[in-house]
Amino acid sequence: MSDVVVARSLDEARGALAEHPDATVLAGGTDLMVEINRGLRRPSHVVGVAQVPELRDWSIADDQVIVGGGVTYTEMMTTPLADAAPALAQAARTVGSPPIRNAGTLGGNLGTASPAGDTLPVLAALNAQIVVVGPDGERRMALDEFVVGVKRTSLRPGELIVRAEMDRPTGRQEFLKIGPRNAMVISMAGLALVADHDARAVRCALGAVAAGIPRARDAEAWVSERIDWDNGAGVDDSVADEFGQRVAAASSPIDDHRSTAAYRRHAIAVLATRALKRAFAQGDPSDA
Amino acid sequence: MTSEAANTAAGGSTATGTGADTIVDVGTRGVGADVGRPDGVPKVQGRFAFSSDLWADDFLWGHTLRSPHASALIRGVDIGPAVAMAGVYAVLLADDVPGCPTYGLEHGDQPALADGQVRYVGEPVALVAADHPDIARRAAEAIVVDYEVTEPLTDAEAAPTAAPIHPDGNVFREITIRHGDLDVTGEVTVEGVYEVGMQDQAFMGPESGMALPDEDGSVELFVSTQWLHVDREQIAACLGIDEEKVRLTLAGVGGAFGAREDLSLQVHLCLLALHTGKPVKMVYSRDESFLGHVHRHPAKMWYRHHADRTGRLVKVEARIVLDGGAYASTSSAVIANASCFAAGPYKVPAAHITGLAARTNNPPCGAMRGFGAVQTCFGHESQMDKLAAALNMDPVELRLLNAIGPGDRLVTGQLITGTFPTAEVIRQCAYAPEAEIPLSDDRRDLPGGSGRTTDAADTVRGTGFAVGFKNLMFSEGYDDYSSAACRVSDGVATITCACAEVGQGFVTLAQQIARTELGVDEVILAPAQTATIGSAGSSSASRQTWMSGGAVQAACREVRAQILADVAAEWGVSPDGLVLRDGLVVSLDGQQEALLAQVTAGAGYEADVEYHHAPTEALDENGQGNAHVSFACAAHRATVDVDPDLGLVRVRDITTAQDVGRILNPTQAVGQIEGGIAQGLGLALMEEIVLDDGLVRNASFTDYVIPTTLDMPDVTIAAFVEEPEPGAPYGAKGIGEPPTISSSAAIAAAVRAATGQDLPRIPIRPADIALG
Ligand SMILES: Cc1cc2nc3c(=O)[nH]c(=O)nc-3n(C[C@H](O)[C@H](O)[C@H](O)COP(=O)(O)OP(=O)(O)OC[C@H]3O[C@@H](n4cnc5c(N)ncnc54)[C@H](O)[C@@H]3O)c2cc1C
Repeated sequence: MSDVVVARSLDEARGALAEHPDATVLAGGTDLMVEINRGLRRPSHVVGVAQVPELRDWSIADDQVIVGGGVTYTEMMTTPLADAAPALAQAARTVGSPPIRNAGTLGGNLGTASPAGDTLPVLAALNAQIVVVGPDGERRMALDEFVVGVKRTSLRPGELIVRAEMDRPTGRQEFLKIGPRNAMVISMAGLALVADHDARAVRCALGAVAAGIPRARDAEAWVSERIDWDNGAGVDDSVADEFGQRVAAASSPIDDHRSTAAYRRHAIAVLATRALKRAFAQGDPSDA
Repeated sequence: MTSEAANTAAGGSTATGTGADTIVDVGTRGVGADVGRPDGVPKVQGRFAFSSDLWADDFLWGHTLRSPHASALIRGVDIGPAVAMAGVYAVLLADDVPGCPTYGLEHGDQPALADGQVRYVGEPVALVAADHPDIARRAAEAIVVDYEVTEPLTDAEAAPTAAPIHPDGNVFREITIRHGDLDVTGEVTVEGVYEVGMQDQAFMGPESGMALPDEDGSVELFVSTQWLHVDREQIAACLGIDEEKVRLTLAGVGGAFGAREDLSLQVHLCLLALHTGKPVKMVYSRDESFLGHVHRHPAKMWYRHHADRTGRLVKVEARIVLDGGAYASTSSAVIANASCFAAGPYKVPAAHITGLAARTNNPPCGAMRGFGAVQTCFGHESQMDKLAAALNMDPVELRLLNAIGPGDRLVTGQLITGTFPTAEVIRQCAYAPEAEIPLSDDRRDLPGGSGRTTDAADTVRGTGFAVGFKNLMFSEGYDDYSSAACRVSDGVATITCACAEVGQGFVTLAQQIARTELGVDEVILAPAQTATIGSAGSSSASRQTWMSGGAVQAACREVRAQILADVAAEWGVSPDGLVLRDGLVVSLDGQQEALLAQVTAGAGYEADVEYHHAPTEALDENGQGNAHVSFACAAHRATVDVDPDLGLVRVRDITTAQDVGRILNPTQAVGQIEGGIAQGLGLALMEEIVLDDGLVRNASFTDYVIPTTLDMPDVTIAAFVEEPEPGAPYGAKGIGEPPTISSSAAIAAAVRAATGQDLPRIPIRPADIALG
């Protein structure tokens, strides 16, 4: 039987974790309870954080969006947060079904650290800093320092994910995800791409095609030089296609029961090409 | 309005369906009316008690230890660590099965608990009863089984010549159909090899039930199942007690689709209850459910079609291999269906069809909606499209030219004597106006849906057509009768029938029938159980509306005859001049009437009948014979948008027409059609149990995906083709299976039309299109 503490403030949560550094944090429970019900995890101590107000905070500044670890997908999909971080909203919309989106949180997606976690490529593409607190105080990490392997993080015992601080670039943002049906799927391949007009940079990160969440840095650098930043013209088809191939090179997918490595690599190339064209398309962006 | 049908299944305790009936009085709540399901609102509100909600005082939880290996010898089992755990009441192994060690629907080849050997991943090895479900589970995990793992046999085609993996051998059944002049050849021939993956029934309510022991050594079992009496027969044999000592009552069923036709936890629950002397409950987890029931047979099919230059079919050659998995289940009936219907609903003068259902170390396969006809429909319809292309002919015209109907013969030589409106169904569906389906701006309506992968410009559209058919009721000489009792007192009818309500709507229909036959309004449907009523047969094979509907109709008519005879005697008139309607006994001349409630006050007008369908015969060594009772066909036209670069498909419309005989409840008919199409869509595009050396890789709803509302298109019912079936109660045919048979093939055809690709396998995976 687990010993459960329901924290009502960040201090309470920190206190409970300090007392039991081996405790498991419970947010929306949409990952954790599945594992507990399947007998895969039997935590001796649980600290519930769904009622910690500090974790549910978010804020929008000119150049930054801060999203608390306890913010749900439904909240990420709602204006004004959805307008400030469109790719995060697009990713959130692909997660599960409405009940899952009402319960599941950003912190939980990070805590699970699955390569198929849909917000993770968005956080990587938005240069997010993950802020955690623990017995030794606060630490900040980039996503690739936080996610260190398949379902492995660099969280230390007793640490809590407090928030993610991400860029708010001026250009468009795109999140695309492939699954075997039209909704409520675990990603077979996913991709986030953002255009940062001030920095004259394209940033692109991949989901479900590697042990971690790779940024396609070579492809980003290559394509950033080929964008007509001054005139805002669309991207050449040949550039978009080659960008796709270069992004796919950053993936290292596997064959599994969900798909094949060959398909995933191919799909990433197609998604990258399309995302780039959308990000630099003329006219209004389609956020459907 | 009340002219009585002549062929009332009169008197005696046995009735056979003969001749079409006229509907006497539709009324507002009788046969033909849109009566709502009594369990509909409770289900939607979460108040319906499913079998997983069963509760009793002081009960124990059962858990099953299953084999992690597809093939292994059991060298020893140490139950010590489990027995030693506090809260554990029983740990049982094969030796604890007191009666017959094996069970099975057709051949008793499946051990109730594995004895010395396991043959598939998930095979039950040991049982635990404990006072908490977690303790039961942990105790099961604590059992130490010493396995000697052996190489699994996972290739059905190799099975017949491989070393036997079971004393009964590796072949469940081989069947050969030789029909007509096999030396003829066509001017045009087309050939193809097709594959169908292993589909799961994916019902929502996992296997669950509760067994309560009695002091006299008998046991009562509440369980969700499809056929109470055949369960009882197998349970009693395994327990080694008389059938009367096993009493089953149907508990709330959360879907079935064939997966509850075989036993799962029935014997286990009874064993644990009798052993511990306490009520025992079991509920499979979702993962366990995927291992705990049979699946649809995966198929590999080779076909060669011969036609003359005008498109007339000359000969069909086919070889069908079904992987039956480790145990027989219903494999021999499924391969018979697959073979008998392999040529489709077409006039085929010559056919050479061989079917094999083989034993492997894959999960056992058995009944699923469509039962063998689904697999071969994908084969024959793919072939018909190929033939049309080779002939440069319109695929719908080709089908119409060859459509089978009354007076024609199946490849089994059976003459079609009932209704079989293939051509009408094809015409109604194929020539229905095509809905305008604009390409949406909203990416959620495009392939990839909420994943935002695809814009309208990335898509191509295609339309495909398919028609299929299958038998209603059991075949090959099987007498799958049904029993029902009717009692009328104080103007209220009570119907008792063991028909398992698995969602098909018998609960509504039984009441509708009683109202129509007895002119009553209030009808009580007693619980389905085995103690006081005979078998109703299985809720499968699209048979319960006909069979149990027929039994209820016959029982009601017998009671009606008793009532009218008494009233006629009292009034000194002929019973022929009396009818029951609106709660009254009325003389047709309008002279006399009496309240039925008064006539039947305190009385017990009762009848208990068995209803049999017309007998069928076995197939001979050439696969010839009148093996089937009746047939139903349906056609589907699918419109799809495909994103060829990513291999994603969005089905935009399914139009259908179906041979239904007669609609008895319009809403329920639509429900069956929509649900059946959803299951066909799943098979076409996403549903597959993925196996790796016999290991199920996706035993969860995370990875075994079924269609969501974003995947399911609008269904346009172009027509219910109502040609009353002679011999069927009210002329109605079963409607549950045809929607699943040709919908998959139509969707596959539409994807082919959109992409120009061959796509010889369903489900069509994104990689099959994008990298194909
Ligand atoms: C039906 C269904 C569909 C799903 N679909 C998707 C999908 O499409 N895409 C997707 O990405 N995911 C999906 N998921 C997984 C899940 O919903 C997400 O990963 C979600 O973000 C988890 O959040 P949660 O709040 O429920 O986390 P929980 O289950 O509460 O926790 C998950 C893990 O994170 C840890 N954790 C949670 N919060 C913190 C914190 N503040 N600090 C430190 N550790 C923490 C927990 O200890 C645990 O290890 C699905 C799940 C289900 C059940």
